[in-house]
Amino acid sequence: MSAPHLLASGSGDEFEAPGLHIFDWGPLIPSGPAWLDWLTKPTLIVILAGLLITVFAWRAFGNPKLVPKGVQNVGEVGYLFVRDQVARPMIGKDGDKWMPFLFSTFFFVLFMNLAGVVPVLQLPATSHIAIPIVLAIVVYLMMLFLSIKHQGLVGYFKNMMFPPGLPAPLYIILAPIELLSNIVLRPFTHAVRLFANMFAGHLLIAFFSTVAWWFLAEKLTVLGAGVGVVGFLMTIIMTAFEIFVQSLQAFIFTLLAASYIGGALHPDH
Amino acid sequence: MINLLAANVVAEGGDKSPLLPDTAELVVGTIAFLIVLVLVGKMFVPKIRQTLEERSNEIEGGLERAAAAQKEAKATLEQYQAKLSEARHEASRLREEAREQGAQIIAEMKEQAQSEARRIIDSAHAQIEAERQQALNSLRGEIGALSVELAGRVVGESLEDTARQSRVVDRFLEELEGRARSQEQITS
Repeated sequence: MSAPHLLASGSGDEFEAPGLHIFDWGPLIPSGPAWLDWLTKPTLIVILAGLLITVFAWRAFGNPKLVPKGVQNVGEVGYLFVRDQVARPMIGKDGDKWMPFLFSTFFFVLFMNLAGVVPVLQLPATSHIAIPIVLAIVVYLMMLFLSIKHQGLVGYFKNMMFPPGLPAPLYIILAPIELLSNIVLRPFTHAVRLFANMFAGHLLIAFFSTVAWWFLAEKLTVLGAGVGVVGFLMTIIMTAFEIFVQSLQAFIFTLLAASYIGGALHPDH
Repeated sequence: MINLLAANVVAEGGDKSPLLPDTAELVVGTIAFLIVLVLVGKMFVPKIRQTLEERSNEIEGGLERAAAAQKEAKATLEQYQAKLSEARHEASRLREEAREQGAQIIAEMKEQAQSEARRIIDSAHAQIEAERQQALNSLRGEIGALSVELAGRVVGESLEDTARQSRVVDRFLEELEGRARSQEQITS
C-alpha cells in the first residue's frame, strides 16, 4: 500500500482531513486464519510495550549490583523518579511498598504512549479506549479493595461521603457529589483522560502530516506549497509536543493511581 | 500483506465509535498488563528496591565506620600527646634533680676542701709553734751559755758554778721578758 494512499485516503481531488478511520485497524494479517483476528496493530503495540518494559526491567534489575553499571543506572533513574515523584508524595512513608505496581504501570503506559511517535508503529496503543479502561479498572478494583480492607465497608463510605468538620446542611450536597465522583466518575475520568489525550494527539499529527503530504506531494501548487510547508513544520513541532504529552499523561495516570491508593490507605488526608 | 502501515481504508460499515472498547484489545490489554505486573512488579522491582536499601545501608555504615576510625585516631593522638607531655615533665624533673644534686655535691666538696684546708693550716700552725718553741729553747740555751760565757769573761770566774749561773741567766732573761712585755704594753 502506498504512502499517498495511507495519508490521503480520500479518492477525489479534494483535500480530505483524516477522520476516525485512522484508528480503525483490521487484523494484522488480513488473509490469515480467523483465530488470529485478535492480533491487530494496537494489540501488537500492547504486546511490544509489555515485552519492552519486561526486558528493560530484566536487564536493569535482574542482577542488581550495589555499584550500578550500564542499564541498571537508567533503570534506577526511572525507579527513583517514580518513587520520589509519585509513590512517596502520594502514598507517604509506605509508598515504597507500592513501587512494584506503580513502576510497572508507569513504564507500561509510557511505552504504549510513546509508540505514537515511533516510526512504523506510529500509534499510541492508549488511543484505543480499551487499554486505558483495563488499566483504570485494575486501579479502581485495587482502590475499592484497599479502602474496604483499611477502613471497613461502612467506614469507607462514611469517610467518603461524610468527612468530619463541615456544617450539617452541606452534607446534603456533598454526600451525593462525593459518592458520584469517587465511585462512578473516578474510573471513567481516569481512563478517558489518558485515552482522550492520546487520541487527540494522534489525530493532530495525522492531520498535519496529511496536510504536508497533500499540498507538497499530491497536489503541489504555488499557493498550496506554503500551506504544505506549514503542515510539515507543524508535524515536527506536534511530534515533539506529543512526546511531552505522552510522557506527561503516563506520569499523571500513575500519579492518580498512586493518589487513589494513598487515599484508600490513609483516608484522613 | 501486513496491516501495519495503513488503517482500514475500506471502512467496514462506517466508523466505529472511539468510545467503544474492542473486545480483543480488552483481553490482550488485561493479559499483557497482568504479565507485566507479575514479571516486572513481582520479580524485578523488589530486587532493585532491596539493592537500593542495601546501598543506602552500606553508605550509612561506611560513614559510621569512617567516623569511628576518626574518633579512634583522635583518641590515639591525645594519648600520644599526653605521653609526650608526661615525658617532657619527667625530663625536666630529672634535669632539676640533677642540678640540685650537682649543687649539693659542689657545696659538700667545697666544705670538705675548706675543712681540709683549715686542718692543714692548723697543723701547720701547731708545727710552726712547736718549731718556734724548740728554736726558742735551743736559742735560750745557746744564748744563755754565750751570755754566761760572756758575763763570766766580764765578771770573772766567780760565776762558774752552774746553779748560780742558771739563776743569774734566768733572772736576766725574766728581766728581759719583763722589759719586752712592758714595752708591748706601752706600744699597744
